[in-house]
Amino acid sequence: MTSLPDRTATDKSLGLVIDLDTCVGCHACVISCKEWNTSNYGAPLADLDPYGAEPLGTFLNRIHTFETAQPGKPAQVVHFPKSCLHCEDAPCVTVCPTGASYKRQDDGIVLVNESDCIGCGLCAWACPYGAREMDGAEKVMKKCTLCVDRIYNENIPEVDRIPSCVRTCPAGARHFGDLSDPDSSVFKLVEARGGFDLMPEQGTKPVNKYLPPRPKTDTSDGPDVLGPLLAEGTEGAGGFLGWLDRALDRI
Amino acid sequence: MSDTRPELDLSPPVADRIARTTCYMCACRCGIDVHLRDGEVSYIEGNRDHPVNRGVLCAKGSAGIMQHKSPARLRAPLKRVGPRGSGEFEEISWDEALDLAAEWLAPVRESAPERLAFFTGRDQSQSFTGWWAQQFGTPNYAAHGGFCSVNMAAAGIYTLGGAFWEFGAPDWERTELFMIFGVAEDHDSNPIKMGLGRLKARGAKVIAVNPVRTGYNAIADEWVAITPGTDGLFVLALVHELLKAGKIDLDYLCRTTNAPVLLDADGLFARNADGKELVWDRATNRAMPFDAPDLKPALHGSFDGLTPVFQHLAERYLDPAHAAEAVADRCGVPAATIRRIAAELAHAAFDRQITIDRPWTDFRGQRHQTMTGRPVSFHAMRGISAHSNGFQTARALHLLQLLLGSVEVPGGFRFKPPYPKPVSAHPRPHAKVTPGKPLDGPHLGYPRGPEDLLLNDDGSPKRIDKAFTWEAPMSAHGMMHMVISNAHAGDPYPIDVLFMYMANMAWNSTMNTGAVMKMLTDTDDSGGYRIPKIIYSDAYSSEMVAYADLVLPDTTYLERHDCISLLDRPICEPDAAADAIRWPVVEPERPGHEGVRGFQTALIQLGLRLGLPGMVDAGGNAVYKDYADYIVNHQRRPGIGPLAGFRGDGTEAGRGAPNPDQIEAYKRNGGFWLQHIPEEAQFYKPTNAAYQDWAVKMGFYTDDLPAPYLFQLYSEPLRKFQRAAEGHGERQPPEHLRERLKTAMDPLPRWDPPFEDTRIDTGDFPLHAITQRPAAMYHSWGSQNAWLRQIHGVNPLYVPRDTWEAHGFADGDWATLTSVHGSITIPVALMEALNPNTVWTWNAIGKRRGAWALDEDAPEATRGFLLNHLIHELLPPKGDGLRWSNSDPVTGQAAWYDLRVRIEKAPAQAASQPEIPAQVSPVGTGPAVLTFGKGRA
Repeated sequence: MTSLPDRTATDKSLGLVIDLDTCVGCHACVISCKEWNTSNYGAPLADLDPYGAEPLGTFLNRIHTFETAQPGKPAQVVHFPKSCLHCEDAPCVTVCPTGASYKRQDDGIVLVNESDCIGCGLCAWACPYGAREMDGAEKVMKKCTLCVDRIYNENIPEVDRIPSCVRTCPAGARHFGDLSDPDSSVFKLVEARGGFDLMPEQGTKPVNKYLPPRPKTDTSDGPDVLGPLLAEGTEGAGGFLGWLDRALDRI
Repeated sequence: MSDTRPELDLSPPVADRIARTTCYMCACRCGIDVHLRDGEVSYIEGNRDHPVNRGVLCAKGSAGIMQHKSPARLRAPLKRVGPRGSGEFEEISWDEALDLAAEWLAPVRESAPERLAFFTGRDQSQSFTGWWAQQFGTPNYAAHGGFCSVNMAAAGIYTLGGAFWEFGAPDWERTELFMIFGVAEDHDSNPIKMGLGRLKARGAKVIAVNPVRTGYNAIADEWVAITPGTDGLFVLALVHELLKAGKIDLDYLCRTTNAPVLLDADGLFARNADGKELVWDRATNRAMPFDAPDLKPALHGSFDGLTPVFQHLAERYLDPAHAAEAVADRCGVPAATIRRIAAELAHAAFDRQITIDRPWTDFRGQRHQTMTGRPVSFHAMRGISAHSNGFQTARALHLLQLLLGSVEVPGGFRFKPPYPKPVSAHPRPHAKVTPGKPLDGPHLGYPRGPEDLLLNDDGSPKRIDKAFTWEAPMSAHGMMHMVISNAHAGDPYPIDVLFMYMANMAWNSTMNTGAVMKMLTDTDDSGGYRIPKIIYSDAYSSEMVAYADLVLPDTTYLERHDCISLLDRPICEPDAAADAIRWPVVEPERPGHEGVRGFQTALIQLGLRLGLPGMVDAGGNAVYKDYADYIVNHQRRPGIGPLAGFRGDGTEAGRGAPNPDQIEAYKRNGGFWLQHIPEEAQFYKPTNAAYQDWAVKMGFYTDDLPAPYLFQLYSEPLRKFQRAAEGHGERQPPEHLRERLKTAMDPLPRWDPPFEDTRIDTGDFPLHAITQRPAAMYHSWGSQNAWLRQIHGVNPLYVPRDTWEAHGFADGDWATLTSVHGSITIPVALMEALNPNTVWTWNAIGKRRGAWALDEDAPEATRGFLLNHLIHELLPPKGDGLRWSNSDPVTGQAAWYDLRVRIEKAPAQAASQPEIPAQVSPVGTGPAVLTFGKGRA
């Protein structure tokens, strides 16, 4: 059993804000994450049977797609990227029998110290989000590191010291920052857009936040607010041609 | 507080060096920063400075590492030793390969160059491969546009002087309402995602018209679940409602379109002695050339028997047949929705008008103090294009854009240099063959009328694909999908050598896949193959490789030189001209094998062996030692070459002498070159004098003169073909095509039902069947990619709920899908966000066993499938003995999405049907485990 840092004592709460209104489900973040992390922190992200019948690779970030159907309204499709949410009350940390899973004091990032990981898989069972994956080749637990080897990396230009998934996202649906800082852009974004916790009933207090899809406008067969725009019309004196002459004279 | 924290190295080394080149994981051509460690590619990210992607990169781009490391990479030239289609080859040397190709091709060139058919698929070097084919002398050259989106390209050029694709872009900064039609992952990939993100951040509204709600359509504020093939009907209803309401931009129509141009009794433009179109000036009450200053043009009336285009237009679209109520059921869109969308378009265009304080001068010499914009923009791609009514549907959409005054204005849709250009600034098609000599001009172009058709005196087609004939008069990209079928049939004539590049014509890039495989292996009475010789170039072990007699192995995109040229498809911005290079960031090494060469370099070496003009000097020596040499030193016109940047002494743009340091200059600049358009020239490009002057300076116009023009609501070239069908003129269509041409070549946009609907009993085939591209996979290239195939390894047929329940389907079920042409048996899945009359699947996930170095039990081969088996390149026979192409009658574009089917529950299968026997892999299969990056951390 590993203890968590005192919540109020983490210096920062670094995390992601993921905009479900903007994510087109293109998987750019999934693959960029894979290519960065397979060559960096810890063991590579192995792919078993990569060209065969049942390819099974380790990914730290995946996109799930859901459909919602409501009577009388067009069905909706939501793309839902999911990776470790770096919870304040991270059950994956407290369940770890060796102390390999831990939450960093300075920024709140949850990491696995692979040299202490025995591959028991308890943390993956404890995580209510399914955000950890056992690597098939090395048998150590892999998870999102928030690109801890990018965000402070002095070999990378300052503008690029952000997680690989955020840097690559074509639609700009992923944001990174300190969610404990009311002056941060991510904090403000969460405020402005009604950002929410994933499965708050689990009591994990995730740092990552999701921004909900904005209400769709395609359900309105209600009051025709724009009707008058078309109603001005060309049906006055002289019909369409009469309108045309009057309109041309106004140019 | 944990005390188990290990010391972390927070600043590990990232790369030994970073090489900046251009992606080729799809057609988007983003700039990439390739990180190299120990001489190996370790990480690829987007280039922040690059105009296309500004730092972002899609899943395909990031997975480029796995494409580069693919076990399916070819390793040496291959000579067939087994029967065609088997995949049995022996590796040979490059000298043997090029000698063999020259041995086959030299006699063809000397006797009948047209007996070489050279088609280059998803080629990004068409200005080079086209030039090579021209020097060889065959008329039979094109790339893959005919089966992709030529409807979009041709309708755009004939109407606006440029098309959607990546040839233009919405004004992402200013647009308030953005409407997309038939756009899945498509041209152009990342800029659309980036643009949608920007619109979302500003709260601008996005309306998506698509039978399927995925990707971009999923995040749209409004989704219009239109029935496939009816987009034109829907758009013309929007036109009707806007006209009826008087919500059109009359000032714009008068100044920038041919709305006021006068038509004579023949439906041709009235012109003055200088050939300039005439308009009726209400101020002076006389006919004036369209470019005269201070005109007050009439838009209706009869003037000496002449009537303005606009009058014909208004009469047609005000007809109640175009009213929302009249089309709602056929489109599957309620009339109230159609009217509301029309109102929203009007609201955005006219109530939210933009005015920019930026003086400019138009081509009439009039100075304007401001630029007026309409913040409504559109984009459309294959969903509307890949129908037999796609050309006119794209024209209808351009009509809507123009009525709203939203093309080339702030907030609207804007072109990227060197577009827009009028039809008159584009070449005409050429096909005059002289044995042993080059062709008389470029193959592909834009016909102005029947005189430009490529027909022999007896009316027979000059080209093997029958492009530029009465069957498809404006087939501006050729008709690659007809080549194998026509060559097999010897119609219009047999060929000796089929030479292809990057086109998987034995699989997902062809209609009627099973039959095409048979055509490629069919023999004649003497026992020889009906298509005698097939040369194919590919970097990977694709399905098409198995059908080649000789395979020229290409490099991967990280191992080669390329130019992303203004002579080809631009990567520019609406505010800037740009081009780019690829260069070998790693050497193309295939240890233990002969190795691979960039296809373009192989072509230059083949050209040398054949003695092709321009490739061999008077002394018999090579003019270019490889493609890089060509890129730097080739000149199309004096000073104009494949790359526009860093010419002459390295500071000249557009024009200038060849610069031996040019490629190094591109590398120093991040792999690309960019020059901004002067501010005054950034909008209204067709009519903006400053833009025209800048375009001339850059060398965009072949005759080096400004080419201002009007947008063509009414298309005179179409009318000329239509008049011929009505019996006018020397060159007459065959009788069986006359009626079809009278409607298809309508000079004003129209809607007709898709051909297939008119040839079958739609009651027997109640469903529409279409495909879409997944964002993380591009055609066949992705399945060999260890990472991408974990995202898209299977492609069920998605079925809407009513059909799902009516047939009692459950998860894991299989179904037989039947078209008038054939049947397939495949896995199904339920989807809610789908037009109720449509089924669909992802494009090109299914693979042949043995291809792409995949195991034979890979899901792509066992559960993946192609709809292609259900789509014939010909329409169902109608008893007249003629072969009617399943294509748009204007452009010849393959009508993939006209497909109609019925569905029945089927017993579960061991594999999708039809099951094609395995091909032998010339490269074996991939490793059992991948641990990419091991030891690097």
